[in-house]
Amino acid sequence: MQAMKLLLADGTVYEGRSFGAAREVSGEVVFNTGMSGYVETLTDPSYKGQILVLTYPLQGNYGVPAPRKIEPLAELRDKYESGRVQVQGLVVLRHSPNPSHYDNVRTLGQWLASEGVPAIECVDTRALTRKLREHGTVEGFLVDQKTSPVDARAKTEHVEMARVCAMTTVPDVIRYEGGPLKILLVDTGAKDSIVRSIVARGASVIRVPFHKDLRPYLKECDGVLLSNGPGDPKDMLSTVEQLKTAVFPSGKPIFGVCMGNQLLGLAAGGNTVKLKYGHRSQNQPVQDLLTRRCYVTSQNHGYVVDDESLPAEWEPWFVNVNDGSNEGIRCRTRPWASVQFHPEAAPGPEDAAFLFDDFLRLVGSTRV
Amino acid sequence: MFGQYLPKKPRRVLILGSGALKIGEAGEFDYSGSQAIKALKEEGLYTVLINPNIATIQTSDQLADKVYFHPVDPYFVEKVIVREDIDAITVSFGGQTALNCGVALDAAGVFEKYGVRVLGTPIEAVRDTEDRRRFVQRLDEINVKSARAEACHSEDEVRAAVGRIGLPVILRAAYALGGKGSRICETNDDVESALPKLFASGLPQVLVEESLRGWKEIEYEVVRDARDNCITVCNMENVDPLGIHTGESIVVAPSQTLNNEEYQLLRTIAIKTIRHLGIVGECNIQYALDPNSLDYRVIEVNARLSRSSALASKATGYPLAYVAAKLALGYMLPDLPNAITRRTSAFFEPALDYVVCKVPRWDLEKFVGVEHKIGSEMKSVGEVMSIGKTFAEALQKALRMIDIGVDGIDPHKFKFTDIRKELKEPSQRRMFAVARALHEGMTIDEVHALSRIDEFFLSEIADTVRLGRELEDHAGKELSAETLGRAKKQGFSDKGIAKRTGTTEDIVRDLRRRNGIRPHVAQIDTLAAEYPAETNYLYLTYHAQADDVQPSWRKKVLVLGSGAYRIGSSVEFDWCCVSAILAARELGFETIVLNYNPETVSTDYDVSDSLVFDEITFENVLELWERERPYGVIVSMGGQVANNIAIRLHRAGVKILGTSPESIDGAEDREKFSGLLDKLGIDQPRWTSTGKLEDAEAIAESLGGYPVLVRPSYVLSGAAMTVAHEREHLRNYLTRATDVSPEHPVVAELEGGRDRRGRRRGRNRPLGDLGAHRERRRSLG
Repeated sequence: MQAMKLLLADGTVYEGRSFGAAREVSGEVVFNTGMSGYVETLTDPSYKGQILVLTYPLQGNYGVPAPRKIEPLAELRDKYESGRVQVQGLVVLRHSPNPSHYDNVRTLGQWLASEGVPAIECVDTRALTRKLREHGTVEGFLVDQKTSPVDARAKTEHVEMARVCAMTTVPDVIRYEGGPLKILLVDTGAKDSIVRSIVARGASVIRVPFHKDLRPYLKECDGVLLSNGPGDPKDMLSTVEQLKTAVFPSGKPIFGVCMGNQLLGLAAGGNTVKLKYGHRSQNQPVQDLLTRRCYVTSQNHGYVVDDESLPAEWEPWFVNVNDGSNEGIRCRTRPWASVQFHPEAAPGPEDAAFLFDDFLRLVGSTRV
Repeated sequence: MFGQYLPKKPRRVLILGSGALKIGEAGEFDYSGSQAIKALKEEGLYTVLINPNIATIQTSDQLADKVYFHPVDPYFVEKVIVREDIDAITVSFGGQTALNCGVALDAAGVFEKYGVRVLGTPIEAVRDTEDRRRFVQRLDEINVKSARAEACHSEDEVRAAVGRIGLPVILRAAYALGGKGSRICETNDDVESALPKLFASGLPQVLVEESLRGWKEIEYEVVRDARDNCITVCNMENVDPLGIHTGESIVVAPSQTLNNEEYQLLRTIAIKTIRHLGIVGECNIQYALDPNSLDYRVIEVNARLSRSSALASKATGYPLAYVAAKLALGYMLPDLPNAITRRTSAFFEPALDYVVCKVPRWDLEKFVGVEHKIGSEMKSVGEVMSIGKTFAEALQKALRMIDIGVDGIDPHKFKFTDIRKELKEPSQRRMFAVARALHEGMTIDEVHALSRIDEFFLSEIADTVRLGRELEDHAGKELSAETLGRAKKQGFSDKGIAKRTGTTEDIVRDLRRRNGIRPHVAQIDTLAAEYPAETNYLYLTYHAQADDVQPSWRKKVLVLGSGAYRIGSSVEFDWCCVSAILAARELGFETIVLNYNPETVSTDYDVSDSLVFDEITFENVLELWERERPYGVIVSMGGQVANNIAIRLHRAGVKILGTSPESIDGAEDREKFSGLLDKLGIDQPRWTSTGKLEDAEAIAESLGGYPVLVRPSYVLSGAAMTVAHEREHLRNYLTRATDVSPEHPVVAELEGGRDRRGRRRGRNRPLGDLGAHRERRRSLG
């Protein structure tokens, strides 16, 4: 096994062994504390361009299921959240070379190698996580043992963060048949589970890439769903503009997830800020400010809506019980709302899945 | 602030304890009861405890306001309710004993009569979980699958039910503790032989259940408040498949072989079920999961704190009993703080960045003629918990912790005449049989087919066996730093490495230190380092590159715990340990505890200033000694486990507080002890000590022939001490003595004269009284 290292921008080095593709990459280093669900996590488009550290020490225990079949595209009957591994690189303590599961056809390492994604094991991920917690997310380089820091910056492949949404959204409009209600999904790098969640509840989805003109699709749909996505919401001002000029005037119900929450917040006139090290885990407690009920949620975001910046007709809906940050907003006068966490889970707890039911009920009742 | 969801604040609360320790109900209920009392007292409530077990922390004077040393049964509880003017009661912190007592009192109308409120889970919900027929019915209401089962009241009903469900089946008694009296029946003959025993014990209900042998067994610990906020604190996976009682199984937390879909499927069902049943506080739900599909069955719900919840508390750092008590008083989960970080909320699900492994300890050798196979009935008397970064590291630690004289995964320790049978019909030595089979070249698939242990665990064990063999190949040569580092990460002890490479522990330690291979201290913080922890709940691992916390400069003492509960060493040593900690704290010392028993109060992280949850071995104590530089080490509270390493620690320069290690040695080493008695002119039986098996027989003759009393050094409560009536006996027992006390091998002593009961046997003259020795024998608990 080839020696490899993770080099942080501040000069810290973590040495380990390679178990993925033999490539050298760079990207923002972030950590996720989920204990299960690496297949879903690694294919989550919100990780585009980032080097992911998994804090749970044993990864790959249950292997990786069979690759996705290309046809028919309108059926998403697998555990993948998109067609490929999205992370720039993976950092773990130990990769299990002997997975066991009835669904397993290949090891995590084989999968990553086949997708051209480098990965490193034998890293003290806890020490690394503590560093990220204390210093905030930093840029990192996943390189060969012998590569010098100067070379690392020069020769590693990285992703232009302003373009990550364009890289992860669908190439063209896809329609998923599920039922009479039609939901327009504005895809800024959507997880496939969002589509599954809607279709499973008996509604159809028109999945439109965010850079398309939404107007023609707005006419035929009954509600609008804003998806999750990678990167800084402020790089998506064209979509914010579309929300303001096309979606808001249509008056149709809106529900946003993750980046959808940030985009809705910006369109409402609010502001977004970057968190020191983000929320990436499956155990984030949120509280509904109306009912006082609490839910354990799955999250993956580095930016957050600033509660204080919201205009008078908008209000915070959910709050993070741990650090008090915003977890959702709602309009006081219109059927528009969004959440910062992932009600579609995958991976993570399904506590908040009822939000899709509520949204579809709302869409059904406002249908003309 | 008092919990806002309880209409009226109680004044005087009665807590039911679990009574005498028994198999299936041990120290864990001392831990949960103590936490509950602490939580109630914080609210300014007057607490009354009923528990006749004097060896517990909960009955010591600093906890409950009043303690009644009475049996936990309806008659006495009612008397106390009247006498103490009780207005609220908790029944979920005292195991099955307290729960059954609560159900009986409720049925008798006692609570209603005296206006006593039951805090936490309502008795109605308890009945739903305990009565099998109602349980299945309640689960059917929400379309949750339970194991197909029928409750029968006569032998004929059982036969008919077996016919409907189909063989194999499990026969189980309702309202029973630790699967008592339950067994798996493969054939009709098995059913027939089980029937008389089941009904003879006067049980009203016998359950016939479909056998899901070979399925994965998964548990979730669920917490719910009165406002319906609900979380799963921890999930656990049994390494042993279904068919072996969870108390008899090796258990890991979190689950290792479940993917997200399976994990969340079971989690969602757990929350749905617990909400439907209306449990308030803590409970445990057990599942069977098909290893080849998403098919599952709910096996049972325990509507109370259990052994699993004590384990889950220690495994995650989430104080389940404390939180459950607060919820019973009407608090909401988000109102309570996370006890470890103190800045986040108790409404969250811990994220672990380590693996926890629980291994039970059996003492079946103590009983002659007892069945050594393990199954659906609990026989283990204690358990250990280990923490590591990988399954192998944790498992190897745990196998050493149970203190049966093995060095982790050791394929050579036990001899198996029929290894395939051993794998198929597990005994308490099954892990060693697995290791042996893999060592002999059996494939993982074959071992899996026989044992039904998941291939993931088997391949991790196979890796360890392979590395063990690599070490053996190095015998006589010096290990490379790389190999040594790998071995330490795989969980091998210095001693284990020394044994395999044919050298000594000291040499391995020197080599390790020369190469800078040292363990690092990692924190258990419930959030996988996402937030800083305020509590020093620690373990050692060789997978870390840096310490999480730095040692303080305060004057401190290291207190060694007593390890696994076993016959002769149980909750009383925990009491000693906790009392020592409190005393040291009062004197202004910082206290560090080293212990690994999850069923204890001493391993509660808020009892001491820091808790190191790890092995109590010479190797570890020395590491801690050099890292922490304490004022001294207290060994006298840790029973035999701590005593056994005292002299070596002393020789290595560790300061032992209290009785000097030489004196400990003088008492523990039978040769020195008997020599001392002779010197002081104190009468004792004629004796001779020996270091060799062969000599023993000659010595027995020289003492005047059989019977003779054989007693090894450094053992607990007469472990391996016995009366040998003939040559064959002697030979057998001496072989066993070396197993029990390998450190001080065959320094066995032969005392001619009386047998244990002091009766005269044969023609030998008694030469002294054995009373002093007899007193050291204790019963279980």
